[in-house]
Amino acid sequence: MKTVIKGILGSAALAVVATGASASTLEEVRSKGYVQCGVHTGLIGFAAPNDDGEFEGFDVDVCRAVAAAIFGDGDAVQYTPTNATERFTALQSGEIDMLSRNTTWTLSRDTSLGFNFAGVNYYDGQGFMINSANLEGINSALQLSGAAICVQTGTTTELNLADYFRANNMEYNPVVFQGFDETNAAYEAGRCDAYTTDQSGLIALRLTLANPDDHVVLPEIISKEPLGPAVRQGDDEWFNVVRWTLMAMVQAEESGITQDNLEEMMASDNPEIRRILGQEADSSIGAGLGLDNEWVVNIVREVGNYGEVFDRHLAPIGVPRGLNALWTDGGLMYAMPLR
Amino acid sequence: MATDTSLRGNEPPRAKKAARASWINDPWIRGIIYQVLVAVALIAFVYWIVGNTSENLRRANISSGFGFLGGRAGFDVSQSLIDYSADSTFGRALMVGLFNTLLVAVIGIVTATFLGFLIGVGRLSRNWLIAKICTVYVEIFRNLPPLLVIFFWYLGVLSVLPGPRDSLDLPFETFLNNRGFFMPKPVWGEGSWLIPLAFVVAIALSWFVARKAYRRQMATGQRFPVLRTALALIVGLPLLAYFLAGRPLTFDVPVLGAFNLQGGVQVAPEFLSLYLALSFYTASFIAEIVRAGILGVNKGQTEASYSLGLQPGLTLRLVVVPQALRIIIPPLTSQYLNLTKNSSLAVFIGYADLVQIGQTVMNQTGQAIEVVAIWMIIYLGLSLATSAFMNWYNARMALVER
Repeated sequence: MKTVIKGILGSAALAVVATGASASTLEEVRSKGYVQCGVHTGLIGFAAPNDDGEFEGFDVDVCRAVAAAIFGDGDAVQYTPTNATERFTALQSGEIDMLSRNTTWTLSRDTSLGFNFAGVNYYDGQGFMINSANLEGINSALQLSGAAICVQTGTTTELNLADYFRANNMEYNPVVFQGFDETNAAYEAGRCDAYTTDQSGLIALRLTLANPDDHVVLPEIISKEPLGPAVRQGDDEWFNVVRWTLMAMVQAEESGITQDNLEEMMASDNPEIRRILGQEADSSIGAGLGLDNEWVVNIVREVGNYGEVFDRHLAPIGVPRGLNALWTDGGLMYAMPLR
Repeated sequence: MATDTSLRGNEPPRAKKAARASWINDPWIRGIIYQVLVAVALIAFVYWIVGNTSENLRRANISSGFGFLGGRAGFDVSQSLIDYSADSTFGRALMVGLFNTLLVAVIGIVTATFLGFLIGVGRLSRNWLIAKICTVYVEIFRNLPPLLVIFFWYLGVLSVLPGPRDSLDLPFETFLNNRGFFMPKPVWGEGSWLIPLAFVVAIALSWFVARKAYRRQMATGQRFPVLRTALALIVGLPLLAYFLAGRPLTFDVPVLGAFNLQGGVQVAPEFLSLYLALSFYTASFIAEIVRAGILGVNKGQTEASYSLGLQPGLTLRLVVVPQALRIIIPPLTSQYLNLTKNSSLAVFIGYADLVQIGQTVMNQTGQAIEVVAIWMIIYLGLSLATSAFMNWYNARMALVER
């Protein structure tokens, strides 16, 4: 019902608010003094409230990095927890300034929802998890014919699942919930034989189950899930800020700039590093974005580089770096030149 | 106007004067002007809202319109009354949802009515225990939010049942586990068309017998055991046909497969809990309406009936209930509407009703405004149809009385 109400309110907002894309999001963010960021309601490692009730995680740090780039303060963020079905209306209606909620970049979302994806902060793929205590002898997704599978509605996961079982001539019984918590509860209660979502999500979810050791993530990856932050289409200035914040985090890792060595790096003789950090005499590295020249410094100081963020949030829950390593290490993380 | 004022001869001629003074002060013309103004303002408002919405959607690069309904859905639905696969369209997916909503609403309404009448009458019982049990039932279910009742059935009852491998064996080859309720599925063999035919014939014959018996009783006062005859016909004839056709009916019994029981008919726990919750919840309101209706019939009617020698059961059936129905039907209608609308709470337990599927469609296409509009139109249509039917029934009942 909450979603329905939000949907209706969102639609009403779309119907009445005449500003939308015409006003500059960057100016609006500046004048209110914080970034309103849509995040997951609670996915350990990506976005979940910590013991103090503050959101933290890999996706949350993208929001914080954007805030740091604009205000020099990573805490200038207000979070809107959204579930899979609420997230798009929240962004469309202007309730949030950006959506950083492990959202898959697809053609239809890019074109028909009125969004632009600012980049990819995590390359993921869809997988399956089963309770091995109940299902001995199953070690491949191809053995799941006839299984009941828990899945969250409004996700690309739901579509990939249908495609995968069809392509392999297998039957299944979808058990579909709108909320993350309801889906987890149903899986844990044994309503389904398997749970499917992005592999990173499975790894994170597994840790929150009562007996994590009973649950096994199957090896198959059945889809490409490039996850990244999205903004409303038609505001290139704001789009650029979010896109280059991502780039800067990756570039900082590539250039070896970390939270610890930031001061040294700012005094470095290396012209590339001086340029990125806005330490040249006539630096204009922030001008094109409408930001301060030390915006990359602010991002690294407040949040850290991409690798540090990964190590802080995802490495502890057992997510391997895999595809998300730097291109120099055989991964896909590649920043366009900051010049 | 003129005749109107002239009729009130001894009143001071104020109205007459005012009517002559200026047309602006004529209440009739004023009324028309106000109504035209309101209508114009309303139309302008709707026009502005629609125009503004589509303009904003266009400016925000969000596609709009109902063209998406023809696109390939791409997702599967667990329960469907019509043919549906991931290759079907979004429009068909919404149809699946509509039928699932109708299914739970219709079965729920029948069960709630039956249960509600039973409990409403039970509350008036002279048996202390029955009356108290019914009171407790009504007070518990009437005072809980329906969502909690749904969660009670889903999380509290059905999801704590054992898994498929330790299913509870129930009589008649039925099974219960946390994946739902399983029962044998009838498989109709050759010549089995005789059975439903016999069933229809039996019903027709019963109706005929009932009419005949009624006429005879009216004419001669002699009674005929209609109920027993009808029961014998309705059970006996199909049974006879079954043996005549060479016992063509077999049953597909659910057996344990790799993951779950396979074969037979499976009733998912999502449907079961929604159905049970809506029925139990609404039955408590219907019970109160029935009780009020019965108490609303003058006590003298019952006493008169007793003094004519009618027994309590017959008094209730022939004297009290027909009169009580007139009081019961209008509030009953709104309970039926509530049950239908409350079925949208299905989203919380993942029953594939109109709202749940609509949400999926909304997310796969991003067309929130259109889907919300479809929801509203369909629920409005369902409610209006229910109201129309109940108004017709109400009118019929009222006429029979007079």
